Amino acid sequence: MTNLDVALVKKDFPIFTKVMRGGSRLVYLDSGATSQKPIQVLDAERDFYEKHNAAVHRGAHLLAEEASELYEGARSTVAQFLGAADDEIIFTKSATESLNLVAYSFGNSDRSNRFYLDESSSIVVSEMEHHANLIPWQQLAKRTGASLSWFPVTEDGRLDLSDIAGIIKPGVKVVAITHQSNVLGTINPLDAIVKRAHEVGAVVVLDACQSVPHFAIDVKSLGVDFLAFSGHKALGPTGVGVLWGKAEHLREMEPFLTGGSMIESVTMTEATWAPAPRKFEAGVPNMAQAVGLAAALKYLTALGMDNVEIHERELTEYALKKFFELDRVEVIGPKNSEMRGAVLSFTIEGAHPHDVGQVLDQYGIAVRTGHHCAWPLMRKMHVVGTTRASFYIYNDLSDIDALVEGVRQVQKYFKV
Amino acid sequence: MELDSLYQEVILDHYKNPAHKKLSSDPTVSVHHVNPSCGDEITLNLILDGATVKDVSWDGVGCSISQASTSIMTDLMIGKEVPEALSVVDEFTELMQSKGTLSGNEETLDDAVALAGVSKFPARVKCALLGWMAFKDASLQATGKNEG
Repeated sequence: MTNLDVALVKKDFPIFTKVMRGGSRLVYLDSGATSQKPIQVLDAERDFYEKHNAAVHRGAHLLAEEASELYEGARSTVAQFLGAADDEIIFTKSATESLNLVAYSFGNSDRSNRFYLDESSSIVVSEMEHHANLIPWQQLAKRTGASLSWFPVTEDGRLDLSDIAGIIKPGVKVVAITHQSNVLGTINPLDAIVKRAHEVGAVVVLDACQSVPHFAIDVKSLGVDFLAFSGHKALGPTGVGVLWGKAEHLREMEPFLTGGSMIESVTMTEATWAPAPRKFEAGVPNMAQAVGLAAALKYLTALGMDNVEIHERELTEYALKKFFELDRVEVIGPKNSEMRGAVLSFTIEGAHPHDVGQVLDQYGIAVRTGHHCAWPLMRKMHVVGTTRASFYIYNDLSDIDALVEGVRQVQKYFKV
Repeated sequence: MELDSLYQEVILDHYKNPAHKKLSSDPTVSVHHVNPSCGDEITLNLILDGATVKDVSWDGVGCSISQASTSIMTDLMIGKEVPEALSVVDEFTELMQSKGTLSGNEETLDDAVALAGVSKFPARVKCALLGWMAFKDASLQATGKNEG
């Protein structure tokens, strides 16, 4: 169908040989929660532990040298993937930690720092944020006395930017927004938000967990100030996330976690910080995981991110078309593939998402059910939860056919 | 089909026609419980007459397992003395945590034995227990109140 040969891709992912409940094949439609891992990533991690394992940036031995080289090489790979400079890439344990790093760093600032917040400051988020890009800001607002406001979401699941100048008003210091909704699939238009945020002197923090794995990203052309994503949603291992920040910001920011590796000099009462990125990487980092992530990004680069995007759009368009043919099934989110990623949330009249997921599981179909860590958005869309199918490089049209048939089985089973 | 061990007919019946799903007024105690992993919520009103469970009523949203389980629980609890009711809750909790090794005593658990299959699906045990935990909480609060 596209330049992406799914059958060939699938061969790289050992998990697809697993026999699921009822003897069925695995139809994995939960990549929005975490992606499966190709053998190349598993090999990279294993290779690190088997041949190069040592604590990076310490020690005068060969292994320490090799480990440091691999770890810093991973940083370069991530930088290239995002169109960033190496020193702008910070490894964390997760995207959640990346976002908390920014929030806590700002909270640690004193009055002389441009990121200092108090009662006169504001933070802007949106109603479609994942809890990971809502709660750090909500709590930072509480700690500093800053006010929190947000962009509402329209009935069709788009950001309502009609009052952008009123919401991003003078005094706003941070605009934290998701690139692509993990529930609705909506891809948010960033140009207007970035332009307005910079007009009032605010920085834009982008939650890119659902975008970096799925289409080509260039941080310079996005114009945002910070970007966070997690390794495990991008074919990489768990335990590694990334924060990208503009060098000028990282220079000015206070550290979040303190300890080993992140210092320049230390006395019993004082410490000064190493330059970024090390200022933000206290302790021995998740080295094998960073190396695994680099292998994952190389794998994606070899496939071609444009091919990945085209493939996912075809899947999404096909899935939307098929779902519109189903009775008593509602798609929650944009009804066309315009500015929309490969995430399909839906409800079935009379069947709770948890029950839907349970029946689909009987056919080997793995989906996510519930509120998707976006409780405020669920309330806004007037649902208790949804069933979410999310597509990636190892999915094809037959997976969507299986899902559609699964939905029919749910309706039959619960007589709804 | 493996699924049938989870969704017994009696469960689907209670799901379609839940018992006592209308909050009574003037409860002795009212509690609100949430299952944060799936967003299911329940409000449960308990009315005691001395040590006797006079009425249990509830409202909430949730999956078929949580709704049916709560419905079955209310039928079971009304009319019992609190200590006996609490021991039935413990018995049901043990059944749910049995990973499929217990089938449940029909004499004490009645329709609730139909939920035995849930114990083989670890992700669903919390669903089945939601209403029961709310009842336990309400009972302990209510008896604490009386003693106080």
